Amino acid sequence: METRYFGRGMRRNEDRRLLTGKALFVDDVQLPGMLHVAFKRSDVAHGYLRGVDVSAARERPGVVAVYTAEDLGEYWQPGPLLLPPPPIPGTVFHPRTQVPLAKGKVRHVGEPIAVIVAESRYIAEDAADDIWPDIDSLPAVIGLEEALLPGTVKVHDDLESNLAASVRQGKGDYAAARQEADLLLERRFYYDHGIAASMENRGVVASWDDRAQQLEIWDTTQAPIAIRNGLAGMLGLAESQVRVVAPFIGGGFGPKIMMFYPEEVLLPWISMRLGKPVKWIEDRAENFVATTHERDQIHWAEIALRRDGKLIGIRDKFIHDAGAYNPYGLTVPINSQCTLLGPYDVPNYDSRFEVVYTNKTLVTPYRGAGRQHGVFVMERLLDLGGRALGIDPVEMRRRNFLQPEDFPHNHGLIYQDFSELVYDSGNYEPALDKAVAMIGWRQFKEEKQPRARAEGKSLGIGLVSYVEGTGIGPYEGARVTVEPTGTVSVATGIGTQGQGHYTVFAQVVAEQLGIDPTKITVVTGDTKVFHWGAGTFASRGAVVAGNACHAAAVKVRGKILKMAADRLEAAEEDLELVGGKVQVRGVPAKSLDLGQLAREANPMRGAVTPGTEPGLEATCYFGPEYGTTASGVHAMVVELDRETFDVKILKYVVVHDCGTVINPLVLEGQIVGGVAQGIGNAFYEKIVYDSEGQLLTGSFADYLLPTAAEVPRIETDHVVTPSPLNPLGIKGAGEAGAIPVGPLFAQAVEDALGVGGPEILEIPLSPHRLWELTAAEEAAEEVR
Amino acid sequence: MHENRTVSVTVNGRRYERSVPPRELLSDFLRHSLGLTGTHVGCEHGVCGACTVLLDGEAVRSCLIFAVQADRRSVETVEGLASGENLDPLQAAFKEHHALQCGFCTPGILMSMKAFLRESPNPSEAEIRDAVSGHLCRCTGYQNIVDAVASAAKNVAAAAGREE
Repeated sequence: METRYFGRGMRRNEDRRLLTGKALFVDDVQLPGMLHVAFKRSDVAHGYLRGVDVSAARERPGVVAVYTAEDLGEYWQPGPLLLPPPPIPGTVFHPRTQVPLAKGKVRHVGEPIAVIVAESRYIAEDAADDIWPDIDSLPAVIGLEEALLPGTVKVHDDLESNLAASVRQGKGDYAAARQEADLLLERRFYYDHGIAASMENRGVVASWDDRAQQLEIWDTTQAPIAIRNGLAGMLGLAESQVRVVAPFIGGGFGPKIMMFYPEEVLLPWISMRLGKPVKWIEDRAENFVATTHERDQIHWAEIALRRDGKLIGIRDKFIHDAGAYNPYGLTVPINSQCTLLGPYDVPNYDSRFEVVYTNKTLVTPYRGAGRQHGVFVMERLLDLGGRALGIDPVEMRRRNFLQPEDFPHNHGLIYQDFSELVYDSGNYEPALDKAVAMIGWRQFKEEKQPRARAEGKSLGIGLVSYVEGTGIGPYEGARVTVEPTGTVSVATGIGTQGQGHYTVFAQVVAEQLGIDPTKITVVTGDTKVFHWGAGTFASRGAVVAGNACHAAAVKVRGKILKMAADRLEAAEEDLELVGGKVQVRGVPAKSLDLGQLAREANPMRGAVTPGTEPGLEATCYFGPEYGTTASGVHAMVVELDRETFDVKILKYVVVHDCGTVINPLVLEGQIVGGVAQGIGNAFYEKIVYDSEGQLLTGSFADYLLPTAAEVPRIETDHVVTPSPLNPLGIKGAGEAGAIPVGPLFAQAVEDALGVGGPEILEIPLSPHRLWELTAAEEAAEEVR
Repeated sequence: MHENRTVSVTVNGRRYERSVPPRELLSDFLRHSLGLTGTHVGCEHGVCGACTVLLDGEAVRSCLIFAVQADRRSVETVEGLASGENLDPLQAAFKEHHALQCGFCTPGILMSMKAFLRESPNPSEAEIRDAVSGHLCRCTGYQNIVDAVASAAKNVAAAAGREE
C-alpha cells in the first residue's frame, strides 16, 4: 500500500538545524582574512551632493579602503529596471532606478554616499563618522498630493515633474452605467502599508578567488539566481563564474527580492578589487531607511449600486508613492488596481492612478504588494454602500460574488505579470458561510452586541472577503535524484525564508517515490546546485516550484518503474513504490532497493542502452499559463475601550481557499503569520516622515510590531477549489493572511463605535487616531 | 581607543579566555570571537530579543551588554540546549507545534523560555503570552509559540513526575 505524504501536516525537516543554532544565515559566514564594510549614508533627504571628504576616514587605523561614486568609474551605473510597464495602452512611464553610491544628488535619507572597508565593523562604523559629505539641501518632496503641485521641487531634475507614471484601465462603461445607479457613494481613502521588518536584516558576503577565478556570494536575497546573473553581467564574468548562495534567510516578505541593492552591487566589486572576502551586515537603524518599504496610496473612489446592493461599478483614482526610485516599475499599483475587484462581479470599472517620486526610501512589494490597498477601498465601499442601503456586510458580499459557473473569469485588465487578469477558479459562498458560522454572526448581532451595549461595552464585528492573484510565471525548475544510498536529493532554485520548502517539496517528491520525506534532502537557493529559476515572490513557491518538483519526481518514478519492471520481470502497472523500495504490489519479497537501482543505473562497465540517461535523476520545469487566484474570508470581533480607544481582538477567523493543500500545518502557519502582520499594519505600525524627509519612526521603540500580547489566537478553516492551471491543483498562500486585515479592522471598529461614530477611511489606525476621528465626528455633529 | 581586556567566560559549560576590545558587545563576542553563531542579532537596541542568552541563569539581551561584563560569569546559549541528538523539551515542542518559520528569532525565544519555565514551571496561557511578548517574531503570529511553551511545560512536569 503506497503511503500518502502529500496533504499531511508533517513536522518540518529544517527545524532541527534552526532549533539547535546550526542553520547557516548570511551573518554566520566567517572566512579567513575577511574584511568588514560599513556605509556612510545621507542624513539629508534631498540635496545636491557637492563633494565627499573621505580623507580622515582613510587615515583611521584599521581602515583598508574608502570608496565614493567617483572611485567606481565605469562600474557606477543606475540599477536595472526590473519590470518594464505592462502593455497597457496610454501608459506614461518615467523610470529612474537607484544608484550604487550617490552622485550629484541625494534623494532620500539612508541613500549610501561612501563605503568603508576595515578590519572590523566597529572600525568601519567609526570611519563612517569621519566622512563629511558637502550637501546643499533642497526642500524635500514628502506629501503625495503636494508632489504633483506645480512649482514643487523635483526629485529627478531631468524629468518634467515628479510624475513617475500614470495608467488607466477599466472595463465596461462606468460613466454611462453610473446613471442607472440607485446609490452613488464617493469617498477619499488613505491606506499606508508599513515596512516588512524581517527579524534578520539584510547582508552580503562576497569572496573573489583570483586563482580559481570564481566569485562566491552569500546574500539575504529571495532571488539568488537573478542576483547571480545580474552581477555576472555587471562584473564582466560568465554566469558560471559566480555562485550566489541564499542560505537560511531570516524572513523575506518582499523587500529581500529588491534587485539590486547598492550593497549587493558593491560588495562583490570590492572583493574583486581587494582580493579579500568582505562582509556587510545591515543593522536595524539602516534597515529602516535602506531596505525598501511599502507605503501609502490616496484613493478617491466611487461605488455605484442598485437598491438591492448589486454592484453596477467602481470608479477609482489614486496616487501611489514610489519613493525616490522605481526599479519595480508598476507592480505595486497594478496589484492595487487589479485586486480591488476582489471576488465580485463588477461589470463597470474605471481606474486611474498616478505614481509620484518623493524623497523617501524606495517602495517595492511587501507581503500583499499593493493588494491590501485595493482590497481596503473595495471592502470599505461595500460596507458604506450597504449601510446606506440597509444591507448588512455579509449580504452585500453574497449578492456580489462571482458564481462557480463564472470561471474562468476574465476581467479584461492587464495584471502585474503582463497577462490578462483571469481568475482560473473559485467558489466563494461556501467560505462565506463557514466564516459566518465560525464567527457566530447572527448570535453576535442579535444577542451579544446588544447585551454588551447594555452593559456599557462597545463590541464590534466585521467580515471581509478578498482574492489574491498568486503563482505567477515565468517558471521554476527542480532536479530530483535518487542517491546510491537510497536517499533522495531535490534541488530547486527558489530560496526559502521560512516557508517550509525543505518539507513541502520533500512531501511532493515523496508522494511519487514512496520514500519517507524525512529521508529527502532539499537544497534551495544555491546557484551552484541549481541555476535556473526566478525567485520566491508573489506567493508562487508551492505553485510553481512545487509543480516542477512534482514533474521531476514523476519522471524519476517512471525511470524506476521501467528499470524495476525489467529486473523483477513484472509489468510496470503491477509495481508500487513503498518505503524506499520498488516491489510487486503486495509482494514485499519481490522488491528492489532504490539505492541499489540508482547504483545500477550508473554502471562502471557494460553498455548503456542508446537513448537512455544514466542515473535515477530528472530535471523538469513548470511555467503556468497565468497566475492562479486564491481567495478567502476573514471575520473578527473586537472590543473597543471607550476611555482609551484601545482595541482588543476577541475572536478572529479565517476561511481560506488555496486549492490543494500540501501541508496543512505549514499552510496554517503562513496564514496566521500573515494575519499577525496585517494586524500590525492595521493598528500598530506606522512609518512617519517629517516635512524634511526625516524618518521619525526609525527604531522598534517607535515603529511598533505586534507581540504575543496583541495578536490573538486565530482560527482557520479551508475550502478547497483546486486550480486547473497546474497538475497539483495548488494556489499560492503566502500573502493571503496579510491582505484583508485593514478593511476588517476598519469595519469592526466602525461597528463598535456604533451609530453616530466616524467612518473609518484610513489605515493604520491607533488609539490616538480613533480618538481624533471620534472627536472630530462629535464636533461635526454639534455643528449639524 | 582603549586597550583590549582579557575576559574569561564559561559558555555552555566550556571555559573561554579571550582578549577583547572593551566596547565589544557580548552578542558579537559570542558570534564572532567564539563562533557560536546560533545567537542571532536582530535590532541591537534591546527590543526584538533575538540575541537573548542566559547570564548566570538569567535571560539577558546580549546586544545590550559588553563581553567584558560577562567576565568570570557563565553564559548559556542555544547551542547548549540539546544534549547530543536529544533535543531539549522546549526545542522538541517548538518542532512539534510548528512554532518557528524562518527561525531567526527562535534561539532567543528558546533561551528566554528556558529561564521562564525554571521560574514558572506551570504557567497559564496569559503568563506565557506575557513572557513571549518580550520577543518579536515576524513569521508565526505567536500562537504556535505559546502552545509549544505550554506543551514543553507539561512534558517537563510529566517527566519530573515519572522520576519521582
